[in-house]
Amino acid sequence: MEIEIKKNNKEKYMQLDRVIERYKQQEGMLIRILQKAQEIFGHLPIEVQSYVSDRLDIPISTVNGVVSFYSLFSEEPQGKYTINVCMGTACYVKGSQEILKTIEEELHIREGETTLDKLFTIKVTRCIGACGLAPVITINEKVYGRLSPSDIPGILHTYIKTNKKAAIGEEVKA
Amino acid sequence: MNLSPIKTYGALKELRSSFSNQISIRAGDKSVENEITKYHILVCSGTGCTSTESNEVRKKLEKELKKRNLDDKVKVFKTGCFGFCKLGPIIAIHPEHTLYCKVGLENVDEILERHIKHGEILKELLYKSPKTGQYQRNINDIDFFNSQRRIALRNCGVINPEDIREYIAVGGYSVLAQMLNNKTPAQEIVESLKKSGLRGRGGGGYLTGKKWELALSYEGDKKYVLCNADEGDPGAFMDRSILEGDPHSVIEAMIIAGYCIGADQGYVYVRAEYPIAVERLEIAIEQAKKMGLLGNNILGSDFSFDLDIRLGAGAFVCGEETALIKSVMGFRGEPNPRPPFPAEAGLWEKPTLNNNVETYANIPIILQKGADWFVNIGTEKSKGTKVFALAGQINNTGLIEVPMGTSLRTIIYDIGGGIHDNKEFKAVQTGGPSGGCIPKSMLDIKIDFESLADVGSMMGSGGMIVMDETDCMVDIARFYLEFAQHESCGKCVPCSIGTKRILEILERITKGKGKMEDLQILEDLCLDVKDSSLCGLGQTAPNPVLSTLQYFKDEYIAHIKDKTCPAGVCNSLLKVVISDEKCIACGICARICPVNAITGEHKKPPFKIHQEVCIKCGNCIQKCPVDAIYKR
Repeated sequence: MEIEIKKNNKEKYMQLDRVIERYKQQEGMLIRILQKAQEIFGHLPIEVQSYVSDRLDIPISTVNGVVSFYSLFSEEPQGKYTINVCMGTACYVKGSQEILKTIEEELHIREGETTLDKLFTIKVTRCIGACGLAPVITINEKVYGRLSPSDIPGILHTYIKTNKKAAIGEEVKA
Repeated sequence: MNLSPIKTYGALKELRSSFSNQISIRAGDKSVENEITKYHILVCSGTGCTSTESNEVRKKLEKELKKRNLDDKVKVFKTGCFGFCKLGPIIAIHPEHTLYCKVGLENVDEILERHIKHGEILKELLYKSPKTGQYQRNINDIDFFNSQRRIALRNCGVINPEDIREYIAVGGYSVLAQMLNNKTPAQEIVESLKKSGLRGRGGGGYLTGKKWELALSYEGDKKYVLCNADEGDPGAFMDRSILEGDPHSVIEAMIIAGYCIGADQGYVYVRAEYPIAVERLEIAIEQAKKMGLLGNNILGSDFSFDLDIRLGAGAFVCGEETALIKSVMGFRGEPNPRPPFPAEAGLWEKPTLNNNVETYANIPIILQKGADWFVNIGTEKSKGTKVFALAGQINNTGLIEVPMGTSLRTIIYDIGGGIHDNKEFKAVQTGGPSGGCIPKSMLDIKIDFESLADVGSMMGSGGMIVMDETDCMVDIARFYLEFAQHESCGKCVPCSIGTKRILEILERITKGKGKMEDLQILEDLCLDVKDSSLCGLGQTAPNPVLSTLQYFKDEYIAHIKDKTCPAGVCNSLLKVVISDEKCIACGICARICPVNAITGEHKKPPFKIHQEVCIKCGNCIQKCPVDAIYKR
């Protein structure tokens, strides 16, 4: 099966080829390849899944079975910043639901959704092991602990501001 | 870092003695006074302290020392978790063992100026005991630490996890080197582990020596060693901290396991949610390879062993060993019926030995100090210590390690510092989603595998969530079942459908729509799911419900009969009310109420909420400037 590759994605597929080349000789590397593919593309659309299935000679059903099984894989595009609200027990008893509610209200989206400007995605995660700091959220890799709902607008604002600055910087360059 | 391969046991011993001088300062060695380096500052770099910017503090310390030309006199190191996460960032200054809490960037100058230059202690950064009101300077005097006994965490907060030479300096890899040197027979290793009585720390509590013996007994052209670092129990983070603070102890134990059962390949299966742990493990493996402690012909012997990392992708069920094996092979992590056990047919159908991180961390020290040393710690059937993660409504949240047989009261009140805000203790949940809630009347039980099982909970991986009067036990049961139901893989019917039905009943009760006969149905259903599920997830998922039904039935009845939630948590059963005394009649609540349920006259208190209209969104509670609105 020949897969149509969009022009602007050519570079990304070349990157993916290198990943596949590196891991395909070893057994059991499907999850690792998909993790790398998600890093490259940001998410795993069906085109990428069928490309991987084709190159590894693994049925697409197996590939999709793995993608849909694990919660860290996403078939939908994600925002630039993924907000993970920890819903582990320690965070739950320390009021993480209120934190989630505040973030949802601030961004006008619900858990699992992405803002229209593709800046934020809200997700719920099960324990990141920072229970001593409950309640906790992570934004991409950064951990924020000992939160109360009133901290949320300020935290979100720093990301919006950095992003705006970056956008202006790019415009200036252009 | 310049690391070259070590070829013999003698060379390792040499490296050990030469490098141990360099870190003897941390053991309080005052003989260094004549040396150039006078202080070691250890900065906690676990996930907890990193999130409170301990890395920035460390970098600033290094920068400022250089600026003041003190960088020969004072060395700064990264270290693993001290366990005192509540008061992070934590730093320790040696040789005098001073522990400073909540060290911010603004404190760096003062530490250098006052402590380092003038030897003055910064009182404001010391831990103040809430019991005696006294400042406690020495780490060994602090309430939180002095009832602990650190075996699995022995190197966390002591060595730099990113420098293999420090691990070697504290005696690391010497047991392995000795075994390879003496060609210790596998059976001998198994016997000492069996004699030590070490049991699996991942939850099951199976005798580790027996597990090794079984894996040793099966023949195979290829065998594997696995490490389960898929710490999925919400509220448990000991495995993460061990990997972050002392990754080499796990690696050494896995190499010994490989040597013992005859495996030449190992995998550590670790959660992708733990980026720092993964990074430290990668560095550690890389360094061990450079030193010739991993790879072909380890330490010049004819034994070869390689180690790789496999990242999880977010599935709780992968903590179950047959599911974990599937996931390591790159497939959906669905469990298989046992037997065959992994020891017989595991990874790619080959004999496989699988242990938990904390179990592995115990092994090098047991083999070094001998089984007789280990059997003297703990209770009759549970030997050694256990690491617990304290979280929830407790003052000192963090990571602790105590001998088996320590009472819950000691853990919660002496080490944990009691309940937050002086509230009333209600229950402690142990064992994560597989465990149960232990009520106040049982605070004096001595914790070990058996005693926890006797009261309807379990050891699990060691998460301890403390709950107070503001936590609703029905809601907690619902929370755990929601978790189990979400994480159920769908392979077997009792778990995937059974947990769904249990969850529906619990949701009904928390919404005030439960009936008394639901309680019997709930109990029967729970017992059925326990009996008939395929793997540990389903077999233990009903435990939180059964234990709350046993000890907190009155709360269930209050939800069903009186339609009230005594703890004030379950939204549907609560009323939002305005306190007559506190209301200042500013009118903000009435303006922001989305359904116009609040009426009143400006400046004429009190305002009133019309319950038949109110949707309990809580907006007014958040916006009230004088906190006059609350749920009841």
